[in-house]
Amino acid sequence: MNSSSNLINALFIFVLAGFIGFEVIRRVSPLLHTPLMSLTNALDAIAVVGAIVLVGEHQSTLSTVFGFIAVVAATSNIVGGFLITDRMLKMFKSSRPAAKPAAKSVGK
Amino acid sequence: MTTDLAGGQVIIEILYLIASVLFILSLKWMSSPTTARHGIWAGEIGMLLAICGTLLHHGIVDYKLIFIALVLGTIIGVPLGEVAMTAVPQRTALSHAFGALCVTLVGSAEFYLRAPDISRFMMAVLSLEVILGGLTVTGSLMAAGKLQEILPQRPLTYKGQNLVNFLLLAGALAIAVTLVRHPEARSLFPFMILIALTFGVLLIIPIGGADMPTVISLLNGYAGLSAAAMGFVLDSKLLIIAGALDGSSGLILSIIMSKAMNRSFTNVLFGAFGQVQAAAAAGEEARPVRSATPEEAAAILSAANRVIVVPGYGMAVAQAQHKVRELYDALSKRGVDVRFAIHPVAGRMPGHMNVLLAEADIPYDRLIEMEEINGDFPQTDVALVIGANDVTNPAARSDASSPIYGMPILDVDKAHTVMVIKRSMNPGFAGIDNPLYYLDNTLMLFGDAKAFVGSIVRELTGGHG
Repeated sequence: MNSSSNLINALFIFVLAGFIGFEVIRRVSPLLHTPLMSLTNALDAIAVVGAIVLVGEHQSTLSTVFGFIAVVAATSNIVGGFLITDRMLKMFKSSRPAAKPAAKSVGK
Repeated sequence: MTTDLAGGQVIIEILYLIASVLFILSLKWMSSPTTARHGIWAGEIGMLLAICGTLLHHGIVDYKLIFIALVLGTIIGVPLGEVAMTAVPQRTALSHAFGALCVTLVGSAEFYLRAPDISRFMMAVLSLEVILGGLTVTGSLMAAGKLQEILPQRPLTYKGQNLVNFLLLAGALAIAVTLVRHPEARSLFPFMILIALTFGVLLIIPIGGADMPTVISLLNGYAGLSAAAMGFVLDSKLLIIAGALDGSSGLILSIIMSKAMNRSFTNVLFGAFGQVQAAAAAGEEARPVRSATPEEAAAILSAANRVIVVPGYGMAVAQAQHKVRELYDALSKRGVDVRFAIHPVAGRMPGHMNVLLAEADIPYDRLIEMEEINGDFPQTDVALVIGANDVTNPAARSDASSPIYGMPILDVDKAHTVMVIKRSMNPGFAGIDNPLYYLDNTLMLFGDAKAFVGSIVRELTGGHG
């Protein structure tokens, strides 16, 4: 009953989100493919929400232990992923504002 | 549909909705280096909202343990965010493993909490989640080990490899089907995980360094898909969206990488990498090459008007990017137009060269993609190849018997002069000889990339102030 309509909803969301992802990521400059990967990695660690609930609900020892390790793993991805993406993007600088070298002629 | 959600639940769902929108914006802003940093902020805010929302979840009774785990994760995460830029490929592989570990553990916990009261569809998705997750955990660890050079980089192949892999995968799927039909057979579940973990190891064993960009992208895609499957299991729309975004990102990158290596996408998808069986080492007829000293190289470079530098993995290994930056400065000062030609699979992960050169403060508008720059080589005085091999091999254009025939390459051989910095004449990773080195307009610069570029720079700056 309810679960099958949930399932259909979920499938709709999955397909549409996949579409959006495809269209958005196709436009990402190849220049930024490495930061893109570390960013999606951080975003993917949103799986932490499922793990948090597992730990918090304390339903069984096994689920709590697994959940605990899962929260640690995902959190380290969130923190590390955002940190390194930010560090990488800070490094990308354009030469245009300081319109310089290449145009000059061979002085000496 | 009027399902009655409790007030708190509505707030949580709205926070999740905002987070989903922020995640999409985050990726959208990655389209250009000028807006990319907004993307990080959007992602961070989205993540924060989602985690805060989750903490409001009514079922949560124990906050202490959650906070300990969050703190512990942060303690591990900070150093992982601080690694050197040269270590980014293995760091990325490691984080794929962590992400997949989280998904696999949550999936396993959910199975033991629910089975045997689990619908067939749920069991199927859950199996998909833990199989994909499991193979990504060990596969990514193997990839990270190879990249960190803890494990041998050379591909390891044996007879019947594909058959063994296929049988393992079939075994995991057979258990999944059994569990879908008889979820009470809980004792089978650990075997399914075990097979997935083994499969991940075996999948990466035959893979060599040059295939890493494709493999890392593919593992990224698997991690995303397993997270989306977890979203189905937990009925979490946010997770489905994030997983779908990550999955499509990984798949798009895999497609780009496999095109750049002239492999069909299905070939990549089923893990049939590294089947470039080292071409029968052709009869060693010692063909003559011309070599040059740093002084001669410096003279040729300073006489040039247009120079294109072609960086490859060798530049990363030698950590030569900062010396390359000095060379760029010295030549630019003399009025030489210096640009960099970036092959999509140069290095060990997508975009690897761009990050290293950006770290060395080379402006990103000097980094040009293959399609854009290839037409410019005939008008280029000097193409300087630093630690790149297969991506410059003209045999890919002309020699139908070459294992890399058909792979798009940088047409460096069309430049007036080609200079190749290389340690020795040993063939590259794939064991394929590179006819580029024997051309009349090619000069070999034998030595360590960092040291050699350093001596060229000394010649350039010492000579004319």
